[in-house]
Amino acid sequence: MTAITHHTPDALLAAYAAGNLPHPFAVVVATHVSMCLDCRAALGAHQAIGGAVLDTTDTVELTYDLKANVLAMLDAPVLPEPVFKQSGVYPGPVMEALKGKPPRWKNLGTGVRQSILSAGDKGSVRLLYIPPGQAVPDHSHNGMELTLVLQGSFSDETGQFGVGDLEIADEHLGHTPIANAGAPCICLAATDAPLRFSSFMPRLLQPLFRI
Amino acid sequence: MLLEYNHIKPAKRIPKSMRREDKALVAASPVIVSQQTEWMLAVRDHRDKVAFAALFDHFGTRLKGFIMRSGMPSAQAEEVVQDVMLTVWRKAAMFDPHRAQVSAWIYQIARNRQIDVVRKERRPIPEELAEDPGAEPDASQILAIEQEAGLLRRTLSQLKPDQKKVIEMAYLGELTHQEISAQTGLPLGTIKSRIRLGLERLRHELKAMR
Repeated sequence: MTAITHHTPDALLAAYAAGNLPHPFAVVVATHVSMCLDCRAALGAHQAIGGAVLDTTDTVELTYDLKANVLAMLDAPVLPEPVFKQSGVYPGPVMEALKGKPPRWKNLGTGVRQSILSAGDKGSVRLLYIPPGQAVPDHSHNGMELTLVLQGSFSDETGQFGVGDLEIADEHLGHTPIANAGAPCICLAATDAPLRFSSFMPRLLQPLFRI
Repeated sequence: MLLEYNHIKPAKRIPKSMRREDKALVAASPVIVSQQTEWMLAVRDHRDKVAFAALFDHFGTRLKGFIMRSGMPSAQAEEVVQDVMLTVWRKAAMFDPHRAQVSAWIYQIARNRQIDVVRKERRPIPEELAEDPGAEPDASQILAIEQEAGLLRRTLSQLKPDQKKVIEMAYLGELTHQEISAQTGLPLGTIKSRIRLGLERLRHELKAMR
């Protein structure tokens, strides 16, 4: 197999384990961990440290009937939570963000399509579909952008990214990802701020497309 | 390239018969396997309420202390403790002692629940990994995970107070990812040995901070 070469950095994994990543980034990290054994193992190590913190924390007495209440609830029927599994190229966390339905693509021109999974004050997470040889419109960032390849591959100024690879771009990187030959490139992309496009037309379209 | 991820596609979990065997393996070395792991396996494999009550006694007060450190008031913290312990009971089938020590597993459940309560959103979690159908239960791996978790605990308690505080703040969700100092990647290997190496390496890194 082609190894994943661009991984989730430890600081992101630790923040993810601690639940301190903005939601759009948490979706991308959960998806990358679903695809990458290395990062799953690394996340396990971070959880072990969290477990050690839990183990060494000072205890606080519980109200005396809490245990009895919990024990009494063990046999209560519960509605099973939906479990989202991989479908096609979309791992479980993406399927969950899609609510189990196929992506609803919107054209951005030149064959590039996107499907917004969520957008709000904490940033946005979306799927991008880029035909071979096409570029994502040139853009730079106000904050951080995570891009995870789900199908195909792309190249930009910083290197090659194949299935499972995670690119991390910050506000200093004005990059132009171009899909390589082969299968169309499908990416999961998250930002903690709206994208700024460098050229005039996309900037006009930006509010329209919420990107 | 797509086919390359087929091996991590969801499949059935370890068959029940194999799980009993792995309990037998664990029971054969009661001195080394922690009580928490024994209780957790009894809950998972036999829905043992006495073992669950023991887990509750051990983790309940720790969880409350842990949750209140994030500034949650006592009554709300107890609601979270209740939710976490009920999740431990209901999702026990997902506990795998080859991959996580009980406290690590409960830590993640607790953080997830706390975030859900505070942010009123469902936290995205990774898809469950399918077990290798041919995999034998491996007592030495279970023991290795436990021993390393023990070393990690001791290392943590031996750190200087300010260094310990930074680690605690990071894992209590009080630091952003930018604030958590970046660490280097983990070595390659199989998933199981990777966790071991990962723990080993992180332990060394913690040690290096002293």
